[in-house]
Amino acid sequence: MELTCLSKGDGFHYPPCHMLNLSGFRILIDCPLDLLALTIFYPLPCDVGIEAYGQNDQNPIQKKQKLERQMTPDDLVCAEPWYKTVKALHLWEASLIDIVLISNPMGLLGLPFLTQHPRFCAKIYMTEATAKIGQLMMEDLVSMHMEFRRFHGPEDSSFPCWTKNLDGEEVPGVLKNLVFGENGDDLGSWMRLYSLDDVKSCMKKVQDVKFSEEVCYNGTLIIKALSSGLDIGACNWLINGPNGSLSYVSGSIFVSHHAKNFDFHGLRGNDVMIYSGLSCLQTSEMTENDCISTISENNDGSLAASLLDNEESLEELEKLAFVCSCAAESADAGGSTLITITRVGIVLQLLELLSNSLESSSLKVPIFVISSVAEELLAYANTIPEWLCEQRQEKLISGEPSFGHLKFIKDKKIHLFPAIHSPNLITSWQEPCIVFAPHWSLRLGPSVQLLQRWRGDPKSLLVLEDGISSGLGLLPFRPIAMKILQCSFLSGIRLQKLPTLLSLLQPKIVLVPDFVNQRINLSTMKTKSILSYSENKTLSVGRIAENADVEIMAELATKLSWKKLRQRENFGIARLKGDFVMENGKQRLVSGLDQEESSGKARTLRHWGSVTPETLLESLVKMSVTGSIEHRRGENGAEGKSIIYITNPSGGMIETSEMGTAIITDDETVASKIFQAIDGILDGI
Amino acid sequence: MAIDCLVLGAGQEIGKSCVVVTINGKKIMFDCGMHMGCDDHNRYPDFSILSKSGDFDNTISCLIITHFHMDHVGALPYFTEVCGYNGPVYMSYPTKALSPLMLEDYRRIMVDRRGEEELFTSAHIASCMNKVIPLDLKQTIQVDEDLQIRAYYAGHVLGAVMVYAKVGDAAIVYTGDYNMTTDRHLGAAKIDRLQLDLLISESTYATTTRGSKYPREREFLQAVHKCVAGGGKALIPSFALGRAQELCMLLDDYWERMNIKVPIYFSSGLTIQANMYYKMLISWTSQNVKEKHVTHNPFDFKNVKDFDRSLIHAPGPCVLFATPGMLCAGFSLEVFKHWAPSPLNLVALPGYSVAGTVGHKLMSGKPTTVDLYNGTKVDVRCKIHQVAFSPHTDAKGIMDLTKFLSPKNIVLVHGEKPSMMSLKDKITSELGIPCFVPANGETVSVASTTFVKANASDMFLKICSNPNFRFSNSSTQLRVTDQRTADGVLVIEKSKKAKIVHQDEVSEVLHEKDHVVSLAYCCPVKVKGESDDVGLIKQLSEKISETVSCADEIHESETCLQVGSFKGSLCLKEECVHRRGISSSCSEVKFLCCNWSVADLELGWGIINAMKQNL
Repeated sequence: MELTCLSKGDGFHYPPCHMLNLSGFRILIDCPLDLLALTIFYPLPCDVGIEAYGQNDQNPIQKKQKLERQMTPDDLVCAEPWYKTVKALHLWEASLIDIVLISNPMGLLGLPFLTQHPRFCAKIYMTEATAKIGQLMMEDLVSMHMEFRRFHGPEDSSFPCWTKNLDGEEVPGVLKNLVFGENGDDLGSWMRLYSLDDVKSCMKKVQDVKFSEEVCYNGTLIIKALSSGLDIGACNWLINGPNGSLSYVSGSIFVSHHAKNFDFHGLRGNDVMIYSGLSCLQTSEMTENDCISTISENNDGSLAASLLDNEESLEELEKLAFVCSCAAESADAGGSTLITITRVGIVLQLLELLSNSLESSSLKVPIFVISSVAEELLAYANTIPEWLCEQRQEKLISGEPSFGHLKFIKDKKIHLFPAIHSPNLITSWQEPCIVFAPHWSLRLGPSVQLLQRWRGDPKSLLVLEDGISSGLGLLPFRPIAMKILQCSFLSGIRLQKLPTLLSLLQPKIVLVPDFVNQRINLSTMKTKSILSYSENKTLSVGRIAENADVEIMAELATKLSWKKLRQRENFGIARLKGDFVMENGKQRLVSGLDQEESSGKARTLRHWGSVTPETLLESLVKMSVTGSIEHRRGENGAEGKSIIYITNPSGGMIETSEMGTAIITDDETVASKIFQAIDGILDGI
Repeated sequence: MAIDCLVLGAGQEIGKSCVVVTINGKKIMFDCGMHMGCDDHNRYPDFSILSKSGDFDNTISCLIITHFHMDHVGALPYFTEVCGYNGPVYMSYPTKALSPLMLEDYRRIMVDRRGEEELFTSAHIASCMNKVIPLDLKQTIQVDEDLQIRAYYAGHVLGAVMVYAKVGDAAIVYTGDYNMTTDRHLGAAKIDRLQLDLLISESTYATTTRGSKYPREREFLQAVHKCVAGGGKALIPSFALGRAQELCMLLDDYWERMNIKVPIYFSSGLTIQANMYYKMLISWTSQNVKEKHVTHNPFDFKNVKDFDRSLIHAPGPCVLFATPGMLCAGFSLEVFKHWAPSPLNLVALPGYSVAGTVGHKLMSGKPTTVDLYNGTKVDVRCKIHQVAFSPHTDAKGIMDLTKFLSPKNIVLVHGEKPSMMSLKDKITSELGIPCFVPANGETVSVASTTFVKANASDMFLKICSNPNFRFSNSSTQLRVTDQRTADGVLVIEKSKKAKIVHQDEVSEVLHEKDHVVSLAYCCPVKVKGESDDVGLIKQLSEKISETVSCADEIHESETCLQVGSFKGSLCLKEECVHRRGISSSCSEVKFLCCNWSVADLELGWGIINAMKQNL
C-alpha cells in the first residue's frame, strides 16, 4: 500500500486530497477546489464605471509606492476568475486512476476538471446525497460565475492572461503567494471554470451508493461508505481487499444535529487507518495533558460514551443560537442580516432556528434565500430522512417534515429566489430582512451586491464563514461599518478525542498527518504502529496480513485425495487443482473444467528425504528386478553416491545420492518399476 | 451445513405471511402477518412451533418485515408485546413510518366496529414500533458476528423490500411481495446478481401473465368516469396506503386532463396524513416521480378532499376511497350498505380480496344479495368493477427473477395451491431448479454452500495469476483461450490452519530436503547423409514434432535440444555411463545424452522412442 497526500486541505471547504495505491489499484480520494483563492479576484462592481473599477491605469510612479504598504482593493485581479485546483493532482496521468472516492460535496467540486480529461476512465463512488448536493453546488457555482462571463465578455485564450501583471515587484506578497504558491509553481493549478455540460457529463459517470452499501470493484475491492457526520451524505470509507482492510477517516463529527452521526463502530479492527481529519489545525486550545488523561484502561463501552458526550454538539447549538440572537438584535435595531454561510447542514438548521425564533417573537422580518438552487435544495432536504440524524428520523415517524422550513415557505415567511434580479424579488423585498446568500468567498453570487449595499450601515450584520475575514476577503468592501460575525463551526474530530478514538478502533497501523504527530503524543496507544505522512510525499506501508486467505469450495475439498506422510504424522497433504477466481473481494478455488481427467493420472512429482540403495534394491527384488550395488565416495568434497546396476530383466542403472536419484535405462517397464519402488520408500506428492 | 425453511404462514395460501429460516444455526423470521379472512386463533401464525416455552429471544436472531401490509406486519405487535419477543426487528424506513398507521387503523376497525376483544392495544403498537431498527436499501447490516442482512427494492408498495440474508457462506433471499414492472408511483424490483442457496418467492399470480397495464388503467378510469357522468357514486374500498395513492394519482391526473369537477374523497384523515409521508419518502418512489417532485409533488392531490359521514346520503356524483379494503369491516362496508342498492353506483375493488370477505364474495360471481357479517342482507344492484392491475408480479416476473438469480433451490409461498403447483412444475422443468411448495407448519431442508478456508503462499498466488494462453486455429480465426488452472498442494498440520503452497515449496513447509527423481539415457541416433551436428539436431527436432503429439515447443541450440524438462545434448564422450549396449565405434551413430524429470515421463519416452526409430 502506498499513500500520497496531494493536499492537506484547509478547513471544511477545502478537504484533503489523497492518492492511494492499494492491491495494484490507484485510488483518488476527493477532488476539491481551493475556493479561498478566489479572493484574489475583484468582485463584480455594483454599478459599472464608478468607484474602484478601471483604476488599473495608474501611472507607474504610484504603482511603485505599493511596496511595503497596506493592500488596497486595486491590487486585486480584475478579470474573469479562474479556479485553483489541487496542484499535485495534475502530475498524475488521469487514465491511470482506477477509482475515485468522494467523501463529501466539497470534495466533488473539482471533479469535472478531471472527468473532462478524454482518457479518464475511473469508477467514481460517492453517496447519493453527496452526489445530489454536490451537483447542486456545482450548478450554483457555474450560474454565479456566468455573471462574470457576461461582464468581462468571452475570453478565448486558454492562457490565464490575468497573471501577466502579477509577477512584478510591486505586487503584494500575499497575492503572489496565493497565485504562484510558496514555491512559485502553483500557476499550473489554475483552471477556467467548467461548464454546465461538464458537470452533467461528470455526474453521469458517478455510481452513487447508500451508507453501508457494499460495492465491489473489479471483484477485488469491497468499498463501503460509512457516515462521517460532517454534513448530509458525507462519509468515511472502508476498503476491504484480499490483502487486508483499510479505512479512510476524514473530518467527522460524533454527534450531529442534521446529518447522520459518525458511524465509528463500523470502522473497528481494521488493518490500516488513514486519518486525515484536519480540524485540529484550528483548535489551539489543545494541550498535551488533555490527551494523556483520556487514555486509561477503559472498556470499549465507556470509551464510546466519552466520544459521544454532547458537550461538542451543545456548543454547536449555542453558536447557532448566538447567530440567531444577533440577527434578531440587528433586525430589532432596524438593520438587515446577510448570512453568507453555505454549509448545507448549517444553513438548514439556521433557517429552522431563525424562523422559529422570529415566529415566537413579535418581530416581523422576512427571510430571503437567494440562490439558483435554493428551491431544489430545500425541497430535497425534506425527502432524505435516511441520511439524517436520529432526532430528525423520529420526525419522519411522527409525520413531520425533517427540517422546519417547509411551513414557513408556505406561509410566505421564507422567500426563495433564484437570483437577485428575479422578477418578483423587488415586490416582496423589504428591509430590514435576513438574507441567506452565497458565496462564502464574497466574490461570487448575490452576497456581493448585498454586501455592497449594506456595508455602510452600522445597524446591519454580516455573518461570515471562518477564515474569510483574515485574508483578502473583505478587502474590496472596506471600509465596512457593518457588524461582522465570523462563525467557526466544528468540521472534524477534536484532536483531544483522537487518542480515545484510536484506542477504540484499534487499527493495526495508523497513518496520521505529520503535524498531528508533532502536536500530540500517540506513542502510548494500543496500536502497533503509527506512521506520519507529509504533503506531496509517498509513504509506503508494508503488507499487513501474513498470508492471503483462499476459500476452497466444499465440493472441491471433499474430492481431494489425501496422503499420509511416513515421516511426519502430524501432516496431511493433498494435491489441489481448480479454477482460481476473485469474487467479492475473496480469492476462491472452485472446481475447474478439467478436474475429472487430471485426477486419474495422479503421479508423484515431488519427493523428499533420501534413499538407501539397500532398501531400494530390496524392494526392487520383490518386483523381480535384480542388480548389484556399488558405493562411490565423493571426490574433492563432492557428495558421494551409490549406483545400482540393474541386470535383470534388462540393463540399466540407478544413481542415487542425497540430492536425488537418476534412473538410467531405455526400458520403460523397468523404469516404472524402479519409480514405483522409490515411491514406496520416499514421501512425495 | 443445511438451510431449514419453516413456513408458519402463507404456505399454499395468501395471508399471515411468516417464514422462519435457519441458516447454519441462525434463525431469522421473515414477516409476521395476520390473516384478514380469519376471526379465530388461525389469524396469527402458530408461533408455538418455534418454541414451546415461549422463549423467542433465544430462538430467533432477528425478525425482518418486508412491507407494511397487514398480512405481513399484522401479527408483529402480538408477537413482540403479547408473546414477548424482544430481539431486533428490522424494516425499511417507509415501513417503519407507515406500519403504525396501518396497525392502528386495523385495530380500530376490529375493536370499534366489529366489537371484538382487543388482541393488542395502541400502546402495544407504539412500544412495538420503538423496537424497530430502520433499514435503508442496500445497506449491509451485521446483525451479529455471523449474520448479515441487506434489503433490495421490491416495488410492491412504498418501502417494500426483498431481503438478502447471509450466514457464513450460505445465503438466501426472501422476496416478500414484489412487482417486476414500474407502476404509477413505484419502480420495479431491483436486485443484484447474488449467489444464493435458496430463494423464497411470493407467487400470488403464479399462472397469470399480464400484458401492458395501460389498457387496464384506461378500463378503470372509464368505468369510474361513466359512473360519475351518470350521476352515480363510485366507492373504492382500499387500505389507507398503497393502492389508494396509486389509484388516486391516476384519477387526479385524469380529472385534470378531462377537466372533471366531481369531488374525490378520502374517508379518513388517515389517507391525507399518509400522503404527507409519501411526500417525504419520495426517494422510494419511481425515477419518474423523483425527477418531477421539485416542481410538482405528485402526492399533492388537487382534487382530493376529506369525506364527512353526512356526505353518504348527499345527492350528486362523487368518488370515495374508503378504508378498509376488501370490504371486510368498518366504514367501507357501511358505505357499501347504503350505496350498493342503487344501479347508478359503482364499487371498484382494487387488488386481491381474501376469502371470507365481502369483497371476495363480490368478485366471485355476480351475487344479487350479500350477507354482511352481522346477518343483515344487502341487495347488490350497483356495478362491480374489478381493478385488473396489481402491484404483484405475474408468472413471467417470477420466472425472470428466478432465472436472473439462479438460486440452488426455490420455495414458493403466498399463493393459491393449484397455481403454485403448476408454477413449481414449470420451474423444475424449464430451469431445472428444485422447487418446493410447503404448507403451513412444514419445513423444507436444503444443503448450503460452504467454503474451506486456507492460507495461500505468495508463490502459489503468483502462479495462479499468470495467464496460460493457448492459441488455436479454428477454420478462419485465431482463438485464444486462457487455460490456467490453479495447481497447488494443500498442507494440513494438526491444530494449524490449512495452507496452500506451490509444489516447489512443500518440502520447505515440511522441513525436508528435496529429493529429485529424474530419468536419463544416452540415446544412439543415426546420422543420415552428410550433415553436421547442427543439422542432426534439426533433423531430430523435425522428427520429434512429427511423431510426438504433446511436444509443442522444441527449443534448439547448436548441439542441444529441449522440450519441456526433457534435455538432450550430443554426447562426445567415448564411454558414457548413461549408454547401454551399443558402442560408439560405428561412425554413423552419434549419441544424444538425454535426461528428463518425472513430470514429463510420457514425453520423454515418446522422444526416446522416436529417436530410436531413426536408428
